This record gives sequence, C-alpha cells and structure tokens, in this order.
Amino acid sequence: MITVLAAGPLLTVQDLGRPDARRYGVPAGGAIDRFALAAANRLVGNPPGAAALEITAGGAELAFAGAAIIAITGGDLGAGRAGRPVPCWTAIHVGRGEHIVFAGRSGPWGARAYLAVAGGIAVPPVLGSRATDLAGGFGGLAGRALRPGDHLPVGAVPGATLSLGRHWPAALRPAYGPTPCLRVLPGPHGACFAPDVLAALSALTLQVSATSNRMGYRLTGAQLAYTRPCSLASLGVVPGVIQVPPDGAPILLMADAQTTGGYPVVATVIGPDLPLAAQLLPGDSLRLVPTTLEVALAARRAEALALAHPLDADEGDLLAALAGGN
Amino acid sequence: MGSCGGGDAANDEPRTAMSCSWSFTPLGEAALLAEADTDDHVAANRAALAAAAALAADPMPGLSAVVPAIASLLVCFDPLVRSHAAVAERLRVLLAAPSLDGPSAGRVVRITVRYGGEDGPDLEEVAATLGMTPFDVVAAHTAQPLRVMMIGFAPGFPYLGPLPPSLHLPRRATPRAAVPPGSVAIAAGLSGIYPAQLPGGWHLIGRTALRLFDPYAEPPALLAPGDLVQFVADRSP
Repeated sequence: MITVLAAGPLLTVQDLGRPDARRYGVPAGGAIDRFALAAANRLVGNPPGAAALEITAGGAELAFAGAAIIAITGGDLGAGRAGRPVPCWTAIHVGRGEHIVFAGRSGPWGARAYLAVAGGIAVPPVLGSRATDLAGGFGGLAGRALRPGDHLPVGAVPGATLSLGRHWPAALRPAYGPTPCLRVLPGPHGACFAPDVLAALSALTLQVSATSNRMGYRLTGAQLAYTRPCSLASLGVVPGVIQVPPDGAPILLMADAQTTGGYPVVATVIGPDLPLAAQLLPGDSLRLVPTTLEVALAARRAEALALAHPLDADEGDLLAALAGGN
Repeated sequence: MGSCGGGDAANDEPRTAMSCSWSFTPLGEAALLAEADTDDHVAANRAALAAAAALAADPMPGLSAVVPAIASLLVCFDPLVRSHAAVAERLRVLLAAPSLDGPSAGRVVRITVRYGGEDGPDLEEVAATLGMTPFDVVAAHTAQPLRVMMIGFAPGFPYLGPLPPSLHLPRRATPRAAVPPGSVAIAAGLSGIYPAQLPGGWHLIGRTALRLFDPYAEPPALLAPGDLVQFVADRSP
C-alpha cells in the first residue's frame, strides 16, 4: 500500500486509458506521457499499461507501507528520499516505511513524472481502464485527483525482484528538452487558413498558457485568422490535434480531450512527439514543425523499438540502484 | 438528398447512387478522418453510421476506436499493424455500402420529457424567436423520431437530428456555465440531451429523468449512434 502524504498541484492514477470508450463519448484519457508510463512499467516488470502515479510539477510525498520495487520516469521533478536524490529511469528498491518526495522541477524542462510500482496500482478498472477521468469523476481512486491521506492498493508481484537495477538508457527516451520541436502533419481544414499557415506557424515560438490542463494546452504566440467562414459539423478528434477557435489562438488537445470538436483542425502533433508536449508546464515554450506521414511512421517504429528494447540489469546498474537505496 | 451512400430503406427511399465523395486526412500517424464533401449531412451521417456499424461487426486488426460524427468518421488504429492506405481503402468501400445495419439499427428509444417551466427555461423564448407557440414547439419536437447522429462533446451526449426546419435556430449568444443533467435542448438544427451538469450553449426546452450515462453500466451510454429517439411530452401534473 502507498499512502499519499502530499499531492502537489495534481497527482492522479493513470494507465494507457480507454481508447475504445471513445464511442460512448468518453475521453481516451490515460497518462499524458505514455512513453514514460510504459517505460516505468517495463522497468519494474509490469505490463506497459499497468496503472501508475502521474505526478504533476512536484510537491508530492508518498509513503510505502511495505517494501516495493519502483521506477520513476518522465520529467525530473526532484525525486528523493531521506534528503538524497533517487536515480530516475531505474528500477529501485524502496524499504518498508520509506518516503519518496518530489521536490519539483529544478532544470529547464519537465512537467510530469511517473512512479510505477511492481504489481501496479490496484484500483478497480472502470470501462476497461484504471485511469482517472477527472471530468467524468470515475476511474483512479474515487474518480478524483489524489489528496493527502489517500491509500493506494498495490497489486501482487510475481518475482519482480529480478527487475532491480534495470536502467533505461537516455538514448532510448524521447528527445525531451526545453522548447521542444513537435512534428505536425497538416490537418484536414487547412483551407480555412492562409495557404502558408503551417510554414508561418513553424517560424514562431509558442507558449503554453496558464489556462492549460490535461484536456488541452491553449497556445499563445500565434494568431491564426480564418481566411473564410469556417463553421464545421462536430467531428472526432484525438490528442495531438491542434484546433483553432474563432479567436485564432490554437489549442493543442491532450490526453483528456473530448472525443469530438467543432473547430477547424490546422495540424496534428504526431504521437511519438506527444511525450515532449507532456513535459511542458504553463509558461514553457515549444515549436511546431511540419513533417510527412513517412517520417511520422518511422518515428512511431523507432518509438516501438525503444519501448521493446532488451532490458537487462548489468552489475554496475545493480550496484548503483542498491547504493541509491541505502 | 441522396448524394451519399448509406441509404436506409426503412425510413427513406433506397439510395443506390454514390455521387458524394469523401476526403481522407490523417489526424496524426494513428488516425484517419473521413469527411463528406457535401452539405447533405443526413445522407453523409447515414453512410458514416453504416460504416461504423460494419467496422464494429467486423473489426480490422489494429483498430482501437471508431467515432462516427455528423458528416465524418474517425478511425484510430495502430499504423504498425494496418497501413493508412489499407484503412482508407476499407473505409471507401464501407462508406459506399448501400444499407444501415448493425445491432442498433432501427432501435427506437422513447424518452419522456417535461417541457417548459423550470425544466425547459428557454421554451418560451424559443417559441417567440421561431414565431410559434410553446405548444407547437413541443409538438414539432415530438412529431417524429430523431436519429442519434453521433455521441460526443461529453460522455453519453447524443446529437439528434435532423430537426424539422421550423425548429432551426442558432445557439444562445451566451452559453450557460452549468446546464442541469437531463436537460433536453435544441440548436443548429439538432437536439441534444445533457447527461451531466455541463456548460452549454443550446436552448433548454425540457428535461428528462432518464440517466444517459453511467460508467458502471453495460453499455455505459443509454443511446448509441444510429438509434432513433422518440420524445414524448410528460403532461402529468
């Protein structure tokens, strides 16, 4: 069992969401940085879609009632225990009664960290997923963000100690960093905008506005005026879609986005680059660069290979993990 | 009318001509959006619903979600399992399919509504705007079954249509921050039912006690795309 002692601005249970529930109008949801979630799970020997904790911006403190194998991935939110940093992207041992603290971001990037525990967070699935649907009020723990005093059950662990010391090499992670370049494919409604809209957009540096959340980021720094009236019938949308309301300020849809939207879609960020967007906080900047379907598919293949790469702890990793744990 | 595939012999004349075309655009590398190049949303929607039902009955490997909408169909898939070209080809065939079938085709759901008063605070204003009496608005709203053209905006929210032309009016100038659950509303040629307390810009003409969405029920949404809804006025005191 894990007890929440502090939650920070937003702490939730997430897995890979419920894509099939889109047909009921339910957002697919799940981890915003799906790569980091899947990597954390693999490090501790879980299936990639096991439920884990998504820590937003920091400020969280978690107490472990029993010994556990955990891995922390995603953005560096200053994870530590007993005043010392813990290694990230590594399977580590946590002793009974130990606390893990997320002090918050200290580097130039990072918004969301994932803490996977061997056995997974064992809250009951709803609509095929343990992910927290904040708008719908279901999934996760009681359908809401976690708060101090919450207790999270941990699933049974079949021989997960084998994973101790596993480390995820930096070369096999998304190209995280400040002001990431997100590759976009042209959207279906380019005709609503000036012919060079994507080229113009790619010349700009955009910022994530303060009104952003897990549903979407409002982007400032670009004004995409319609060049003709563009009133659309509602259509299905996915995370990564950049839609443009009449005020001209683009909205990048994220994991908890509604299943349908009615604004023109100017472009869509490719899936393999969404983890980069996931690591942005309000005020952070980003670039959008046009790409092709061929490049997007190659990126998708590379992502799949990275997520499936052979994971074997060598002695050095194991020693580092043990040293970090005591 | 009749310019797209997907005719419904039970309610309309058979549609065999397929002169309407569909545009296919990737929404990222793992989704394909098919949009009808027509203003005939009724025919386009019928084709989209038929294609969605066919995909549900005979799914492609790698398919993760199918979202039919007013005049479009979104298909999410794993592009490492199924190519964009293969998905587009399957959709091209399905969108030209001649009939609407699938488990919910023709299912009629009766929904009892208390119109006007506190339950439908916009009914009087809607009637005045349309040059009708409130009674005539209710009569038009209950005159014939409406098709669930799509589910979207919020879990279980049905877009029902088409409304008779006498009930067409734009959205409210100022949306409400909180529409009560069960509110029955109209706007832009469509009717909708708010499954939960939500912000909304449609005109509220009544309210139903039916629960439209329950994540713990199977299925979680009361209505599915393709269903027909017959509104019934509750005149009990």
